[in-house]
Amino acid sequence: MNSKQALFKYLVRLGDNALVLAQRLIEIVADGPELEEELANANFSLDYLGQARLFYTYAGEVEGKGRTEDDFAFLRSDREFENVLLVEQPNGHFGDVIVRSVLFDAFYLLQLEALSACSDERLVEIAIKAAKEIRYHLRYGSQWLVRLGDGTEESRRRVQRSLDDLWKYTGELFAGDEIDEAFRAEFAGPDLAAMRATWASNIAAIVKEATLELPEDGWMAGGGREGRHSEGFGYMIAEMQHLQRSYPGLNW
Amino acid sequence: MPGSMPGREQLDKESNSMTDKDWPLYEVFIRAKSGLSHRHAGSVHAADDEMALNHARDVYTRRNEGVSIWVVRSSEIIASDPQESEALFEPAKDKIYRHPTFYDIPDGVENL
Repeated sequence: MNSKQALFKYLVRLGDNALVLAQRLIEIVADGPELEEELANANFSLDYLGQARLFYTYAGEVEGKGRTEDDFAFLRSDREFENVLLVEQPNGHFGDVIVRSVLFDAFYLLQLEALSACSDERLVEIAIKAAKEIRYHLRYGSQWLVRLGDGTEESRRRVQRSLDDLWKYTGELFAGDEIDEAFRAEFAGPDLAAMRATWASNIAAIVKEATLELPEDGWMAGGGREGRHSEGFGYMIAEMQHLQRSYPGLNW
Repeated sequence: MPGSMPGREQLDKESNSMTDKDWPLYEVFIRAKSGLSHRHAGSVHAADDEMALNHARDVYTRRNEGVSIWVVRSSEIIASDPQESEALFEPAKDKIYRHPTFYDIPDGVENL
């Protein structure tokens, strides 16, 4: 793999994580328990969507075959998406959404901070902008996690269950492959082992403040980054791509 | 006597449990840029103080409106009673000598 290929593939994966989480959050627009939560959720979704657009647009330029952001988002099959399984997990209840966000954002923020110091100038600019947004997402999500964990008996029980259920998707975040290695070698990319240690201690601190039990590392799911996704993923992609597939080339 | 805001006691009672339907109300004040003062922007419901700040950020500064936010529980605001407005404000109406309109402003003085 040459350096251009490594950069291209790394960018597409960044875009896939951001787009898939944006789409999951969009699914619950208009379901917010309060107007204020509703706006926050829509803001978050649009932040991820904006980041995905920057990653895809740049990926298309690096590839040099004339693909646009829309080609990446709407004209690839589900097997061509290489997002981590965590971001595609169904929304479930409010506690599930919050836990999914906290686990992912704590990882994503470290990834963006590392990318802010990589050797590709354009990616540095995108990462610095995105990190500001994700820092707020993480603040918001962790504050909610603390309130749910340290809230009522019911909220505590349910959010502990969310944490236990989603924990098996956290291993994949740090399971590097040849793309991560090539990107790290060519562009001074993130050190996943170091990131994992920081992530674990940050998450442990939030979970402790939320008076919840930190799940033990057991069997970890994987495959998202090779295009093998959870059952619900195909439906999500089908809905997301429906308009472009039914009316090719459709524009606003 | 303070006016028509709901009492603190009542709001505390309402917000005691997360299963309660309504969160307490907070008033939001935004400073548009450094040097200006905070201005009342509106209000948000929130589970507690810290979340009120988040909600205020998400609701009132989405279009780059602010550099600083204050939130305060609406029940903490002591408001004047509209019934008393005559006694409170009418007496100032005929005291024009309190306005600095009797001074000549020297040339070159701006922003006065």
